Amino acid sequence: MTPSIWRIRAVLAAVLLGLTVSACGYNTIPTLEEQANAKWADVQNNYQRRADLIPNLVATVQGYAKQEKDVLTSVVEARAKATQVKIDVSQLTDPDKLKQFEDAQNQLSGALGRLLAVSENYPDLKSNQNFLALQSQLEGTENRIAVARRDYIEAVRAYNTELKTFPGLLWASTFFRSNKPMAEFAANENAQTPPQVKF
Amino acid sequence: MTLGRCSFSFAVGGGRATFALVALLCAGLSVFAANFPALTGRIVDQANIIPAETRAAIEPKLADLEVKSGIQLVVATVASLEGEEIEPYANELFRTWKLGEKTKNNGVLLLVAPNEHKVRIEVGYGLEPTLTDALSKIIITNAIAPRFKTGDFGGGVSRGVDDIITVLTTDSSEWQERPVLRLDEQQTTDPVAWLLIAVLIAVATLLIVSPGFRWLFLNVLLNILFNSGGSRGGGGFSRGGSWGDGGGFSGGGGSSGGGGASGSW
Repeated sequence: MTPSIWRIRAVLAAVLLGLTVSACGYNTIPTLEEQANAKWADVQNNYQRRADLIPNLVATVQGYAKQEKDVLTSVVEARAKATQVKIDVSQLTDPDKLKQFEDAQNQLSGALGRLLAVSENYPDLKSNQNFLALQSQLEGTENRIAVARRDYIEAVRAYNTELKTFPGLLWASTFFRSNKPMAEFAANENAQTPPQVKF
Repeated sequence: MTLGRCSFSFAVGGGRATFALVALLCAGLSVFAANFPALTGRIVDQANIIPAETRAAIEPKLADLEVKSGIQLVVATVASLEGEEIEPYANELFRTWKLGEKTKNNGVLLLVAPNEHKVRIEVGYGLEPTLTDALSKIIITNAIAPRFKTGDFGGGVSRGVDDIITVLTTDSSEWQERPVLRLDEQQTTDPVAWLLIAVLIAVATLLIVSPGFRWLFLNVLLNILFNSGGSRGGGGFSRGGSWGDGGGFSGGGGSSGGGGASGSW
């Protein structure tokens, strides 16, 4: 056969190989990885959203309950600490890093809980419109955090399962050797659901 | 999707038992728990607390809202939350029913659990800027909870629905965005269509040029035909937007990330 026909055959074979490779799950690992990364972004955004609400909340509470200095400063400090711990998507495979993030956010949750418990003692504050609006926003954000965490956990589970089970295992051990399982929230059941803000 | 792709690869190897195993694995991944009521209409009154006249008054308003703005507002009452908190329950129910259009996530769910004395407005991603957490909370505390407290479920639901619709329809940005979004949607379908045509042409050319590909293609076809019983479980998931009034109502594919507010009475 002439070389030109060989060349055409080579191109066709490449096209065919491409079709076959994409057809039997080559794309699954990167797709699931991207999904998990996107879910992580949601988790981080929602925690950020909570952090953004806090200065307003602290200012409002301060107007009515100046004497609760300890609680107020502990919230401000916990917020500062929590906003410092950021996790890049490339660090998601590191359980220690995730735990660090988790601890910082839990500390903030605790401080916030104390602040809201303390504000129960101030009837004027409790009936303040601004405070009520902030409280409902905070409540909504806590709920969004819970949903985003659940979605992230599910996405990571799907990704990790794909890396370890049959069709994905082939790709994971050949083309995607650098892909490591992502860390799930290694927390107990209690910490899995952030404390609900009740009033 | 995965099933269809697997069948393609295993046609080459010809391992039918392995295929069945993979099919089982794939099916096992997508298990959905919880015992939710079926989405039978815009008002799903499982707990049986909404009087007939209230239902008749609300239903046209809900249908009208969807015709005018595409927003799917559904009222649901459940006999039991099955031991769950109302927030995760409402979110899972919303996602199961897929309220709102897929691209805009413009659904709202008003969920009442009379036995647990809990009520929640769950807002789809797309409506979070309009029907905010704070506004949802105000609607619950002012319009819904006081009436529920006196046992007036019909009045509470009716006022709640009125207020939600008022909030949703007085915000003009939602309406102005619609035409732009519609255009985007149409444009995105074009490249996909071209790609399909290109793939078809490529396959046809290969069929003509290469005897090896002809053999392979025939094998794949046969394999798909023989396995069609097993591979039918995975696909068939898409739902169009629904414009029906009452009969044959279904969600449009929307999702929610936990926006909204809850309350009790």
